[in-house]
Amino acid sequence: MPNQKTKIPFKGTPEQEKKLREVIEKHKDGKGSTMIILQEAQGIYGYLPEEVQLIIAESMDMSLSEVYGVVSFYSQFSLNPKGEHVVAVCMGTACYVKGAGDILERIEKKLNCKAGEVTPDGKFSVDAVRCIGACGLAPVITIGDNVHGRLEADQVDGILEQYMK
Amino acid sequence: MEFVRSHILVCAGTGCTASKSHEVFDELVKQLESNGLDKEVKVIKTGCFGLCELGPVVVVYPEGSFYSRVTPDNVKRIVEEHILKGRIVRDLLYHETVKKDNISSINETGFYKKQLRIALRNCGIINPENIDEYIAYDGYAALARALTEQKPEEIIEIVQKSGLRGRGGAGFPTGRKWEFAAKAQGEEKYVACNADEGDPGAFMDRSILEGDPHSVLEAMAIAGYCIGAENGVIYIRAEYPIAVHRLEVAIGQAKEYGFLGKGIFGTDFNFDIEIRLGAGAFVCGEETALISSVEGRRGEPRPRPPFPAVKGIFGMPTLLNNVETYANIPWILQNGWEAMAKIGTEGAKGTKVFALGGKITNTGLVEVPMGTTIRDIVEVIGGGIPGGKKFKAAQTGGPSGGCIPASHIDTPIDYETLTSIGSMMGSGGLIIMDEDNCMVDIAKYFLDFTVEESCGKCVPCRIGTRRMYQLLEKITEGNGTMEDLDTLEELCEHIKQNSLCALGGSAPNPVLSTIKHFREEYVAHVRDKKCPSGICKNLLTYKILDNCKGCTACTRVCPVNAITGKVKEVHVIDPAKCIKCNACVEKCKFNSIIKE
Repeated sequence: MPNQKTKIPFKGTPEQEKKLREVIEKHKDGKGSTMIILQEAQGIYGYLPEEVQLIIAESMDMSLSEVYGVVSFYSQFSLNPKGEHVVAVCMGTACYVKGAGDILERIEKKLNCKAGEVTPDGKFSVDAVRCIGACGLAPVITIGDNVHGRLEADQVDGILEQYMK
Repeated sequence: MEFVRSHILVCAGTGCTASKSHEVFDELVKQLESNGLDKEVKVIKTGCFGLCELGPVVVVYPEGSFYSRVTPDNVKRIVEEHILKGRIVRDLLYHETVKKDNISSINETGFYKKQLRIALRNCGIINPENIDEYIAYDGYAALARALTEQKPEEIIEIVQKSGLRGRGGAGFPTGRKWEFAAKAQGEEKYVACNADEGDPGAFMDRSILEGDPHSVLEAMAIAGYCIGAENGVIYIRAEYPIAVHRLEVAIGQAKEYGFLGKGIFGTDFNFDIEIRLGAGAFVCGEETALISSVEGRRGEPRPRPPFPAVKGIFGMPTLLNNVETYANIPWILQNGWEAMAKIGTEGAKGTKVFALGGKITNTGLVEVPMGTTIRDIVEVIGGGIPGGKKFKAAQTGGPSGGCIPASHIDTPIDYETLTSIGSMMGSGGLIIMDEDNCMVDIAKYFLDFTVEESCGKCVPCRIGTRRMYQLLEKITEGNGTMEDLDTLEELCEHIKQNSLCALGGSAPNPVLSTIKHFREEYVAHVRDKKCPSGICKNLLTYKILDNCKGCTACTRVCPVNAITGKVKEVHVIDPAKCIKCNACVEKCKFNSIIKE
C-alpha cells in the first residue's frame, strides 16, 4: 500500500499546534509514550505530515528519523491526509474468499483512486484494511461510520454514488 | 433491587453493531416507553452471542426467544405482541428454533448443541459494562479467594494441573510460563495481555473483551499476585474501538470496587492495569515485538533468549498471555483443575474458540472442546456450505497456518494433530473454502499479507517472502514452470529454518500445506495453464454457451465492447478484447457465460 510523503501542502492551524503541544507535555515523561503521542497527534491533524513529526521529535528530544521510523512502521499512521469520505475495504480472509478483491477493484475503478490514495478533490480516500471483524457480513466495506455488508461487485457503483452528491 | 418481569438482550458485539443493532436497541427503549413498559422490562446490551451471521440478535428472557436479523421496523411487533400480549412473534425467530408445535431452546440448535462455552461463558449473557452482573456470575470470587486463602505456588500448581496451554497459537503450557515469571528476579514485574489479534479472520479475543472484559482483568490480577507483579498492560489493536471502550469502563469500575488499585480485598497486594493501543502491525502479536511496541518503538522482534519472563517490558520480567488464555483462568480456579483436565484430548485440555467464516452457513464465533472434528464444526455447528457447494478446505492459523483438505475433515482438532497435517492451531481463525476457491490464489493472498507485514529486520523473511510471492504470482499468471514448484518448496524450508521470529518461521505454511494437499492444482496452473476454480484471471477465457437467448444484456454491460451478436442470436466474446472484468457473467440471467 503506497504510503509515501504527501504532495498536498500542510495546512495546520495554530490551534492544532497548541493542542499537539499540550498532548506532548502531558505524556512526555511517561515511559515509552511515543506511540501514544503519535496516535493523539493523528487524531488532531488526521494524518502525520513531516511538519508534525518534526514538532514531536524536537519536543521529545528524539531525531526526526527515529519518529519517522515509528510512523512508517505502523500501518495505522498515515503520511497522507484522508478524504472527506474514507472508504475502507475489508481484506480479511473471510471477506477475501467471498470476493473482496473484486469489490476493491470496482471501487478503485469507479473513483479512479488506488488503495492508500486520496482523490484529487479530497472527497474520497480508499484503504484496503485488515479484518474489521464483521465476518458475518462478508464481504464488507465501511464508508465513514457506515457499514455496507454482504456486498456484490455490481452494488458498488450505486453505493458510492450516494456519497458523491 | 428493582424487579423486572422480562429482560431483552441485544447483542452489541462488533458484528451486530455493524448491522445496526444500536438502532434496534434505541427503538426497543422507545417502544417500551411508549407502551409504559420501561419499568417492568429491562433492555441490556450484551457481548457477542456467536451467531454473527444472523445479527442483529435479540433474545427475550425468561422465554429465551431468539430473534434473528432484527431490524428497527420489527421492534414494534416484538414489543406489542411478545412483551405486551405474551405472543411470541414466530416468524422473526431464528428458524431452527421454530418447530411445528413448539419452540425449542437455542441450546438445542445445531449451532449451539456441540459447543461448550468456557472462555465465552458470560458473552451474550451479562451486560459487559456493568460489573455487578459479572459479580453475580461469581466474578472476582476467584481473585478474592486467591488473595485471602491461597499461596501463589498453589494457584500456579492448579493452572499447571489443569493442562491449560496458550490460546494465542503456539500452545505453550500456561502454568509453566507463570512459574518462570514467578521465579524471575526484578525490581518490578509486568503482567501483559496480548490483545493484538492480527490474524485476518479471527475475532475471538475482541469478542471476549467486548462481552466479558472483567474476566480478563480478574485473571491478570491473579497472575500479578502469583508472579509478584504490580503492573498490568493490555496491548490491544486500535481497530477495536468497542473493545477498548468496554475495557476502559471495566477498569474504572474495578478500581471503584477496590478490585484493582492499592490494597485489593484489604490485603497488601497492589495491581493496576494500563491500556496500550497498537497501530496496525501484525508482527506485534509476536511477544518480543509486542514488548518493543509497548515501549513506544518500532515493533520489531528480537532473538530469544532472554525470554520475556526474564527480560520483558522495560527490561523487567514479564508474563505475557493471550486474551482467551486469561479468560479461562477464573473458570479453572472456580471449578477446579479437574474440571478442565476432564475436557479435551491427551495433549490439549479444555476448549478452543474459533472464528468460523468464509463459505459457511453459520458465520460466527464457536467454542468447542479440544478434539472436536473439523467435520462437526463445518457440518453440524456451521450448518454446512451454502449454495450446495462442496467443502474443499478449512484454513486454520491464518497467515501462519495451512489448509486442511477434505480428506482430513475427520481430524480431531488439537495443537499436535493440526501441526502434523501441516497447519497449526493459531489464534483460532477457521475459514471454510468451497470448490470455487483456488488454493494457489489463497496461498498468494496470505503471502501478500506476510510480505506487507514482514518487519524487515531479518533477511529470510524480508526478501524470502517477497521471492515466494513473486513465484506464486508467476504461477497464477500462467508463466510458471515445474522447476518453480521445486524452488518454491526449497525456499520455504530455508525461510522456515532461518527466520528470526515466528512470523517468518511460519510464513511458508500456507504455501507448503497447499502444495502438499493440492499439488494437482499447482500443476494445472503450471502445465495446463488452467485455474480449475476459475479465479486466476490470466488463465481464464470467457465463453458464451449455446443456450444464450440473445437478450443483449451482456453487450450493453461490457466496458470494452468485446461482445458481439444480434438480438435473439447466440453472442460471441472476442478473447483479444476481453478484459475479464466478469461484468457480463453477473448480468447474464441465463447462466450462459462461463469461465474456463
